[in-house]
Amino acid sequence: MIQDVEIKDLRIIIGTVKENYNYDFGDYAISSFKRRILRIIEVFKFNTVEELVAKIKSDKVFAEEFVKEITVNTTEMFRDPTFWRKLRDDVFPVLNANPNIRIWHAACSSGEEVYSMAIALKEAGLYHKAIITASDINEDVIKVAKTGLYPSRNMDLNQSNYERFGGKTLLSNYFKEVKDGNVQMDPTLISNVTFKKFDLVTGPIFSKFDIILCRNVMIYFNLELQDRVVAKFSESLFKNAFLVVGAKETIAWCKSAKAYATYSIEEKIYKKIAE
Amino acid sequence: MNRKFKAIVIGGSAGSFPLVAKILQEIPKNFPMPILLCLHRLKHVRHGFVEALSIKSNIPVLEPEDKESIKPGRAYLAPSNYHMYVELGNYFALSTEEMVKFSRPSIDLTFETASYVFKEKMVGIMLSGANTDGADGMFRAHKRGSYTIVQDPSEASVRTMPEGCLKLFQPDEVLNIENIIKFLQELQY
Repeated sequence: MIQDVEIKDLRIIIGTVKENYNYDFGDYAISSFKRRILRIIEVFKFNTVEELVAKIKSDKVFAEEFVKEITVNTTEMFRDPTFWRKLRDDVFPVLNANPNIRIWHAACSSGEEVYSMAIALKEAGLYHKAIITASDINEDVIKVAKTGLYPSRNMDLNQSNYERFGGKTLLSNYFKEVKDGNVQMDPTLISNVTFKKFDLVTGPIFSKFDIILCRNVMIYFNLELQDRVVAKFSESLFKNAFLVVGAKETIAWCKSAKAYATYSIEEKIYKKIAE
Repeated sequence: MNRKFKAIVIGGSAGSFPLVAKILQEIPKNFPMPILLCLHRLKHVRHGFVEALSIKSNIPVLEPEDKESIKPGRAYLAPSNYHMYVELGNYFALSTEEMVKFSRPSIDLTFETASYVFKEKMVGIMLSGANTDGADGMFRAHKRGSYTIVQDPSEASVRTMPEGCLKLFQPDEVLNIENIIKFLQELQY
């Protein structure tokens, strides 16, 4: 059983994926990437890194599985309720000044953030103005987001976050219990949402937005990649539009940071001030 | 203790707050090594913990942001609802991955990554706590040559965490808090 993976092994794995498939994990943050590799090795019962590399090369189906395992992220609804309060109280009124509100959830994962935003917009009477794009590199999680089926056991935490956000009703008014221990989110919540597969590393600029959310995603990228992604976001934002990152992230070390002013230092909301 | 260390990593849960506060009060003001604190904490409480530890601390206490570099003479507290990793190159990497032993931040993950980077130049200290998060991490640190200290379970307000370590391996020392503080005060640098 492999206990550890060396940097050179990581480079070989990354190189193999890059050469054979269209994914470049070369600038992913090392510790979290390594941990996921170890987990894959354990789950799929590889005895050596060589075995994993050989399987990636020879088995396309496995390689896709591999990419999905590397890129899947844990999330919750209304994560950091104080952020959602700030969004509602201090960002929505600014966004409301526009005829429509173009939103990009960049790396939406299984959709919890998308449904949270939809609920926040609905309760603020703004959903009808919203044009929402939700993207992720991982097609499996996009499918989950589109379907809107979540394990019931997750909903206690989500409800608790929703309460701290100061939601107007009960979170359960937005879903119903279905079979197999799941809940079904109200599908009208995603009626204004377009889902797409998109790789933040390689994807092109495709539109402009009034707000981009990329929370707790760039923690999995190294600084170099984070800088490139933030620059990409700059080009995907209108002037005076918002970029939101996770509570313990910062864009401060990025060269592209000079295009932004800090709108909320506490909740990591930035405003693009320069073209 | 003649060995020179590059980092002190402290893990703890229930009952460990007053111990950590005491350690921070009694180490010298010019304590040069960074002290990494991975303490189980309330998920939604962002403020108050750092402030409470800072009040009487002799060194600055802060919560790192992702990719922040580890500076000497500071205490870093793992932020709520994030795992805190140490990366080669001496900086922090945060993560929102699955909880480990129901914990995020997980002490296992901080010990694991810190000992990978610092190896025998790390002191790992395990304090009072109610679950076994950290035992596996301390064991890995021990195997990598880190100096390991476990709080004496008979003194710990909740013994589970220190005992979890002792079930896995024999640490370099089992000490009560007074002697843990003495150890830190007498470090060479």
